[in-house]
Amino acid sequence: MSDLLAARSQMAMSLAFHIIFAVMGIGMPALMVLAERRWLRTGDPVWLELTKRWSKGTAILFAVGAVSGTVLSFELGLLWPGFMEYAGAIIGMPFSLEGFAFFTEAIFLGVYLYGWTRLSRRAHWWAGVAVAVSGTISGIFVVFANAWMNAPTGFRLVDGRPVDIDPIAAMLNPASFPQALHMTLAAFATTGIAVAGIHAWMLRRDPTNALHRGALQIALLVAVPACLLQVVSGDISAKFVAEWQPAKLAAMEGQFVTERGAPLRIGGIPDEAARETRYAIEIPKALSILAFGDPDAEVKGLDAFPETDWPPVAIVHIAFQVMVGLGTLMVIACLWVIWHWARRRDVASSRPLLTFLALLTPAGFIAVEAGWVVTEVGRQPWIVQGIMRTADAVTPMPGLVVPLIGFTLLYIFLGVIVAWLLWAQIIRTRPEPLPEPPRAAAAASKAA
Amino acid sequence: MDLVASSSPLPFVIAAITMLALNAYVVLGGGDFGAGVWDLLARGPRAERQRAAIADGIGPIWEANHVWLIFVIVLLFSCFPPVYAHLSITLHIPLSLMLVGIVLRGSAFTFRAYDATNSPVQRHWGRIFSVASTVTPVLLGICVGAVVSGALALPPGGTFVDRYVLPWLTTFTLATGAMTLAVFAFLAAIYLVVEAKETDLQEDFRRMALGAAVAVGVGAALVLLLGRATPMRITDGLLTHPFAVPLQLLTAVLALGAIAALLRRRYRLARVAAVLQVSALMWGWAYVQFPWMIPGVHSIESAAAPLVTLRLVAIGIAGGAVVLVPSLWVLFRVFKSESASAFKRVDTAEHPRSFPK
Ligand code: HDD
Ligand code: HEM
Ligand code: HEM
Repeated sequence: MSDLLAARSQMAMSLAFHIIFAVMGIGMPALMVLAERRWLRTGDPVWLELTKRWSKGTAILFAVGAVSGTVLSFELGLLWPGFMEYAGAIIGMPFSLEGFAFFTEAIFLGVYLYGWTRLSRRAHWWAGVAVAVSGTISGIFVVFANAWMNAPTGFRLVDGRPVDIDPIAAMLNPASFPQALHMTLAAFATTGIAVAGIHAWMLRRDPTNALHRGALQIALLVAVPACLLQVVSGDISAKFVAEWQPAKLAAMEGQFVTERGAPLRIGGIPDEAARETRYAIEIPKALSILAFGDPDAEVKGLDAFPETDWPPVAIVHIAFQVMVGLGTLMVIACLWVIWHWARRRDVASSRPLLTFLALLTPAGFIAVEAGWVVTEVGRQPWIVQGIMRTADAVTPMPGLVVPLIGFTLLYIFLGVIVAWLLWAQIIRTRPEPLPEPPRAAAAASKAA
Repeated sequence: MDLVASSSPLPFVIAAITMLALNAYVVLGGGDFGAGVWDLLARGPRAERQRAAIADGIGPIWEANHVWLIFVIVLLFSCFPPVYAHLSITLHIPLSLMLVGIVLRGSAFTFRAYDATNSPVQRHWGRIFSVASTVTPVLLGICVGAVVSGALALPPGGTFVDRYVLPWLTTFTLATGAMTLAVFAFLAAIYLVVEAKETDLQEDFRRMALGAAVAVGVGAALVLLLGRATPMRITDGLLTHPFAVPLQLLTAVLALGAIAALLRRRYRLARVAAVLQVSALMWGWAYVQFPWMIPGVHSIESAAAPLVTLRLVAIGIAGGAVVLVPSLWVLFRVFKSESASAFKRVDTAEHPRSFPK
């Protein structure tokens, strides 16, 4: 394995690992806060139990998210010093702001998890809100940095060096809004669907369990709007790609030739050698409409680019199909939920619906991974679109296979442990009687 | 860099803020690592109670303390990108190992807290946590030592070992590594003395603190001695620079003060003296290395990002501080103040168990 390939694999593996925890780090606090608010409103202990279970899970996920994120901030340099030396000054802004968001998130998560007995109920709830808000903001900032790699703006190139740097313009580049919106929605959709799926699975065996019924309700409350909006946001992303990264769009769609009135291909296998996409269902003119809003718009095919500038077409195309396919299934589930709820006012009463939701548990995560493959692999061979090639950014240190193997084993180990802990300690456990936080605590500590 | 940039004080201001953040990491995060060292060394009839006190102290705040490191990294790569790039290349191996340590430390600590099975597996978390807590500071100290030694300036060329191993693997860097470990353990023991509720535990931690204080002294002497053989002899400045000498004296006075306070059981005073002592130590290093960021390679000015970036980051820091300072105040008020500790852990269900029985 070449060093470049090892570096790319290690980066991809670390990001693919981190993103799972990041997604739940954004989504879970929102669920906890909603459940805890129900408890504050109704006083029904089932909501408290639910909040506490979810927060135990979040504590584990957050710790792994924090350490794997730390690995990433070092890895950007360990693997891509050329990139960081070049781009640090330009995209440092969102990273610095992200740093503050992490701080707030970590602080209030500590307060939230360990502060049950030390804060008033209300203050405790607000600590949860602070976690949810700062988690979302930190995700948005880091995506801004990634967006710049797709749409590098905010500087001029003179002799290959960036001058006239404008970090604000770089941060608010044309990809920032579509990507941040799509990622944030993806986090809520994924967490919502996954949590709903787990509790739906439990409800199939134990249909009257109040805890699981409540959990399902809250998870769907978050998942349904996010999944539905995700389609709109995906369309915004696609229009951005069409304008700024035509080679990526061509790879996503398996479009080898430039044509007017290009069809939308569903499924299919691109064959780079033969320059065609086989076995796809083609919807005439649909791609031109979706990408440019005009049935006769010209869509650039890969033939418009030198072959050395092509991303790996098959990977990008298939990943895109996977994301959109799973997104469609998630939308179907959400429409079913709405329809069933409108008629019965009780989502848990339909066994087929519960089964469908349970099957979709991993769907969001797979879609997120696939979506990132589209974004990152679709950008190849560029690390910064049109400006810097990935091969020029890699560290000169040889032997990169060693850290690749080391970190892969470490992450596999962590992944197995986390899954086991969540299952054995949280999902499977019976409800235990929980003492309520004393209201007096806050008053007393205020007085002191 | 353009002329405007080189005449602006901004690079120095940001460099100072970066150093301040590193100082915060050492004083706060270092204490958490050090606590893991004592977890490893806990022996005797009170070992389990010592471990419990350690876990209680780290619990709510380690993640927040840990963000200081991320902050240092972020400031380095946005404001001094060539420094970040150079360190990443030359220190690839120790930094990667340190990352493994950070990952294992953080996750094992959390897994131990949330694994209520009381199984042998559970005990392993404790072991992984404490071993990782011990190894990581040594690696951090090695990286710092490699920078101070000036060995990273060596021209490229030579074998893999010449380029990627020898610069950071010297007796000097081993000494800085050992000293860092001692400093972290010293801080942790003093924090634990102050936080311990029972006298017998307090006495245990007091003994540990005194032992660590001696280790810090030995470490410092070794660093000074071995520093004479490093390429740039930066550490010599500690004894010769006009302002370094008073700084050294101050550090020594603070160190003796901390020990005296420990001996006389004035624990809060000892904590203040220890924190100041460690900070003085770090600023002494910054002072003698000034204006280099990596001696012989990059100075603060030569490595600084363009002024626009620095200015925006400075504004960002000011704005962020408005959020951060009150948040940190809340955190420490909730968990570390005396008034709050009266309510400590009435309920164990929400925060399952922080240590194995
Ligand atoms: C729950 C997850 C999820 C779902 C259901 C979808 N996506 Fe997505 N998609 C992502 C999760 C995601 C992502 C992982 O979050 C990405 C990667 C980078 C980004 O900003 O979002 C992404 C990227 C991404 C991109 C590339 C953006 C770029 O390279 O800048 C496009 C064009 C789309 N998506 C389009 C869609 C469409 C048309 C969908 C229709 C259903 C869709 N996505 C559903
Ligand atoms: C904001 C966050 C992100 C940043 C700053 C970022 C940055 C990078 C960098 C610097 C590389 C290496 C250079 C390159 O191959 O172009 C890379 C590659 C890659 N990243 Fe991302 N990335 C981000 C998010 C993600 C996420 C969440 C995933 C999830 C799966 C991902 C998947 C990949 C893949 C698959 C590659 C390898 C592409 C290839 O070499 O073919 N990225 N990314
Ligand atoms: C799309 C990609 C990413 C998203 C959405 C994202 C989001 C998040 C979120 C929500 C957290 C909170 C911790 C948690 O919940 O587990 C987190 C942690 C972290 N992330 Fe990422 N992240 C992404 C990529 C990156 C990259 C590329 C880096 C490195 C530069 C990074 C560095 C970090 C760090 C250092 C932490 C730990 C913060 C702490 O200690 O609290 N992340 N990330």
